[in-house]
Amino acid sequence: MRQKFPVMTVIAVLGFVFLYAPILSLIVFSFNESRLVTVWSGFSLKWYAELFRDTQILEAAWLSLKIAVASASLALVIGTLAAFALVRFGRFRGRMALGVMVSAPLVMPEVIVGLSLLLLFVSMEGLIGWPGGRGLLTITIAHATFGAAFVAVVIQSRLVSMEMDLEEAALDLGARPLRVFFDVTLPVIAPALVSGWLLAFTLSLDDLVIASFVSGPGASTLPMVIFSKVRLGVSPDVNALATLIIVIVSLAVTVAALHITRSNRHAAR
Amino acid sequence: MTELSTATTPAVPPWADPEAQPFLRLDGVSKSFGGFEAVRGVTLDIYRGELFCLLGGSGCGKSTLLRMLAGFETPSAGRVLIDGEDQAGRAPHDRPTNMMFQSYALFPHMSVEKNIAYGLKRDGLPRAEIAARVADILALVQMTPFARRKPDQLSGGQRQRVALARALVKRPKLLLLDEPLGALDRKLREETQFELKKIQAEVGITFVVVTHDQEEAMTLSSRIGVMNAGEIVQVGTPHEIYEQPHSRFVANFIGSVNCIEGRVTGREGGHLRIACPDLGAEVTVESGFEAGAGEKVALALRPEKIAMGRTARPGFENMVTGRVEEVAYMGNLTIFQLRTDGGARLRVTQSNTTRTDADVPRIGENVQLQWTGAAGFVLGA
Repeated sequence: MRQKFPVMTVIAVLGFVFLYAPILSLIVFSFNESRLVTVWSGFSLKWYAELFRDTQILEAAWLSLKIAVASASLALVIGTLAAFALVRFGRFRGRMALGVMVSAPLVMPEVIVGLSLLLLFVSMEGLIGWPGGRGLLTITIAHATFGAAFVAVVIQSRLVSMEMDLEEAALDLGARPLRVFFDVTLPVIAPALVSGWLLAFTLSLDDLVIASFVSGPGASTLPMVIFSKVRLGVSPDVNALATLIIVIVSLAVTVAALHITRSNRHAAR
Repeated sequence: MTELSTATTPAVPPWADPEAQPFLRLDGVSKSFGGFEAVRGVTLDIYRGELFCLLGGSGCGKSTLLRMLAGFETPSAGRVLIDGEDQAGRAPHDRPTNMMFQSYALFPHMSVEKNIAYGLKRDGLPRAEIAARVADILALVQMTPFARRKPDQLSGGQRQRVALARALVKRPKLLLLDEPLGALDRKLREETQFELKKIQAEVGITFVVVTHDQEEAMTLSSRIGVMNAGEIVQVGTPHEIYEQPHSRFVANFIGSVNCIEGRVTGREGGHLRIACPDLGAEVTVESGFEAGAGEKVALALRPEKIAMGRTARPGFENMVTGRVEEVAYMGNLTIFQLRTDGGARLRVTQSNTTRTDADVPRIGENVQLQWTGAAGFVLGA
């Protein structure tokens, strides 16, 4: 394909512009001196300084991070167990029901998930006094709920493609089923565990709708803070924050990609 | 087809000795999945130190049978006794068996050493003993230099050795091998067959091998159990299976055979006389087959047991004339497709004992086909 197609080049450029222009303008204007987001008046890092003085945003970012780590970890455990039951336990009573329930959050509108969880938390508090109020705990539970669905999908597809042979061999060599799970199944599906966790982490960090439903006063996640700030007019420190997030995510993705390439090359030898 | 005889074979093999106690006993074992009966009422005795092959085509139930021995499947009916102990209700990790999987099932995240040590660690053996036994078994399968490699850094043949070592190192009472050589290429498979036999003799463990490869079964086994549609149709030494098959299925499954229909005309001592209209002749077969005059039977003749020549030679009880229709040169032997005067199609093989082919009959030539009374066997119609 050495031949030059001007049409192709134009289409490619348009595509890249479509994908990256918004991000690029966001990054550029994060270094803008002016308070007006659309008028360039000179290079400055003052919005970054402003950002690091803004305790509201920093607190929200910290809260979001905590929730994302906790809910992703919880989702990983629940999702893996559900996937294992669905793939490895053969037929059992309620298998259909479990399968449907596990994948329901994937297709359910977030508004409905959020609303149903809010109703659940409110009525549970009324009945058993737990969870006391809404905040970090309820958001974490809510995020783990839909995160687990995504984890289950990722792990299920890995388990299906994993031959039973390995687990049977471990059984045959004298390992009890629980041992087999930890010695053989988990290490073999480790890459899927990592990607499942990352997926749940990202979804949690990203979520606005469900968090808005189940959070309480004083517990605002980063997306919630950004959203409320933007409603009052876009301020350039949000640009600065977004730029930081983009840089961190790009770095993480690059590192992960390098790692995967290296381990693939290792496996191919 | 090569059949090796082990030098250490006792005068009377255990299966011929009515006093001998079987080491593995299958008693009316059946297994059905849903409505499908994969294994039907298999009763089988296997003796200590045997290398027993379960031979059959795909879907004949041989793998299911093996998995029942390992404990991965529960028999729907019947009993499995290993060394006198009923295995009912015992999980795979509680059985005195180990299995070598067709895919080898090596743990990809563990080194060769760790793979082999895994079973010993589960038994809670002391570290020093584990190390010593792993080293011994690595030496036995000649994999010592590769101890620290991961399975994905090994060739197919090396993986096969590791899988064998991992299954052997626990010194099971019974080693189950599912198509142990199936994933190797032909040349390597032939070498490994001898290797496997040697290792078995060295460790003295009873092997049960599942295979679909008749040549492999012939080379490896002390005895073969031929399976078809979930049943064992014949059990015997490779020699018995090849030379005295009980049924057309077995005769056809192992090697190739010419089956010629006929009717019994009489018996003279140990010989049965059979009139075969397709051969245009009456033939004599040494056979104990119980058949009255007029009964329909089939004469079975292995292609290599028919002598072929332009002129008749003395010393053969049976002779027919045939015309060469096709010749296939295989290198070590040549296969001839012939039609007899009576219309029967016969396959004859000849060893190529010299490098010239001047004397080989050509297509269209008429030849004399001769065989002795002991060359063929009789099968029921």
